[in-house]
Amino acid sequence: MANIISDETIEYVGILAKLELSAQEREQAKKDIGRMLDYIDKLNELDTSQVEPLSHVFPVHNVFREDVVTNQDQRDVILANAPACKDGSFKVPKTVE
Amino acid sequence: MRMEEWTALELGRKIKAREISVREAAQAGLDRIAALDGEYNSFVTVDAERALARADEVQQAIDAGTLTGPLVGVPAAVKDNICTQGLKTTCSSRILYNFVPTYSAEAVLNMEKAGAVVLGKTNMDEFAMGSTTETSAFGPTKNPWNTEHVPGGSSGGSCAAVAAREVPYALGSDTGGSIRQPASFCGVTGLKPTYGTVSRYGLIAYGSSLDQIGPIARDVSDCAAILEMIASHDRKDSTSIAREDYDFTSALTDDVRGLRVGIPSDYLGEGLDDEVRQAVLGAADVLRQKGAEVEEFDLSLVEYAIPAYYVIASAEASSNLARFDGIKYGYRAQDYDGLHNMYKKSRSEGFGEEVKRRIMLGSFVLSSGYYDAYYLKALRTKALIKQSFDRAFAKYDVILAPASPDTAPRLGESLGDPLKMYLGDIYTISVNLAGLPGISVPCCTDASGLPIGVQMIGDCFQEKKILRAAYAYEQARGPWQAPEGIASSAAQGRKTDAGAGVSEGKGGNV
Repeated sequence: MANIISDETIEYVGILAKLELSAQEREQAKKDIGRMLDYIDKLNELDTSQVEPLSHVFPVHNVFREDVVTNQDQRDVILANAPACKDGSFKVPKTVE
Repeated sequence: MRMEEWTALELGRKIKAREISVREAAQAGLDRIAALDGEYNSFVTVDAERALARADEVQQAIDAGTLTGPLVGVPAAVKDNICTQGLKTTCSSRILYNFVPTYSAEAVLNMEKAGAVVLGKTNMDEFAMGSTTETSAFGPTKNPWNTEHVPGGSSGGSCAAVAAREVPYALGSDTGGSIRQPASFCGVTGLKPTYGTVSRYGLIAYGSSLDQIGPIARDVSDCAAILEMIASHDRKDSTSIAREDYDFTSALTDDVRGLRVGIPSDYLGEGLDDEVRQAVLGAADVLRQKGAEVEEFDLSLVEYAIPAYYVIASAEASSNLARFDGIKYGYRAQDYDGLHNMYKKSRSEGFGEEVKRRIMLGSFVLSSGYYDAYYLKALRTKALIKQSFDRAFAKYDVILAPASPDTAPRLGESLGDPLKMYLGDIYTISVNLAGLPGISVPCCTDASGLPIGVQMIGDCFQEKKILRAAYAYEQARGPWQAPEGIASSAAQGRKTDAGAGVSEGKGGNV
């Protein structure tokens, strides 16, 4: 395998991804990402130095509209989906000591 | 009455002619689901009460003369990543196991305006990441043609539900082949529209630049009618496009004289099953005999589509799935230490293996130091792939191709080697990268009796050309049979008590 993923890298990616991996999952992720990158490296066969990155297939630019409210107050039905709520708000663990 | 033999449009005509009521049609579908779905597991949630109430409402509108159209009153299913107001929408994931949307996707609203009766939500690969419907948190769906095989994925539940005649049609979504590949495996017709044709508002995003909602049905005419119903310009989706034409059914002319059809020779080489190759070449002969000009050509860059796709789709997924944090909806871990630990634990316990794999890869390719080498490189490759299709469509109206290199694999054989599974998307993935429309039409069965579909790909906004080719092919192919054993189990189904045991969502018990 050409791409070796270090423990530091997997730790960092876990932080970005907000995922907590077990020791076993971490080892598996190192292997999986390494193997995928080996495969993805195939793209380096292509000379893309003269090619602009294409994020959208159609030439669509910013789409503007008036900022007009069209929906009703749905606070209670929205909160009904929350794992925890209190006084009409989402309830989260303490964030400030 | 053999309702399961009718296509969506045929059923719509019977309802219009008052040969059958909307409630009877819905009840017949619910009965079949009750009888068959224990075996196939096409559905995550079925809500009989909601469906029957809706059926009565539609009947009243028909009787009052306020609702007319070809699909009024016809029962349907919706893939479980498409939001339905008041009806649980899980993405087949533990992290959304109890999520009840407060609004419906624009495509669903369009369906309902046209008189659809939604019976339930169909199983899928978790967050549409997979090719077999085995990554669902609620168990795999089984292929109605042979329950030891997968239905394909990620829209495996929608395709199996249509193949088993549980519903005449369903909505699916296609990010890298997720409508066309399972349609091929299940012997049904599935269409992925041009990017921007169907609003993505209310479609829970996986790879936003690639995702499209599309119809899955028994035949090409149904798919054209359903697309006509769900396609619209929607200001709530900034990538939605106001098209000049929405009259897709006008393309069903059974006339392909002069149509230029190209077959990529680089699709027919190594890795393609011989029976699938023969099926595609057979379809080419049919079109040729009907007056189309068919030839092989080199598309080029075929082997670069999958690596480019997995970089782009994973990158977009890692960003899109950041919203699932255990706060606003869905699963929250029981034990945690502070806010950040709660995010991490809820996500780690809520997401399945394949979803985590793609979030990790996506986070990596977007991270500082790797962004240019991987993410931008993939976007540059995407530009080259688009150019190669542009060159092809300067010469051809339709590209004829396999939908998948093989027929449906056995259950349990695919997930052990993700990279190998990804390679199965080789004929569908580049279509999403280039934003093109594609349709998979049942063609024949292989030696073991599993369906083979052929794919027809068009240039952007040229759905009518692929519908024209697909319809002409279908007319020549003749009637397509239901999977063996389906009819007899259906006869039992009608004797079964309505909706028993399935009116509560099956996805709740995680």
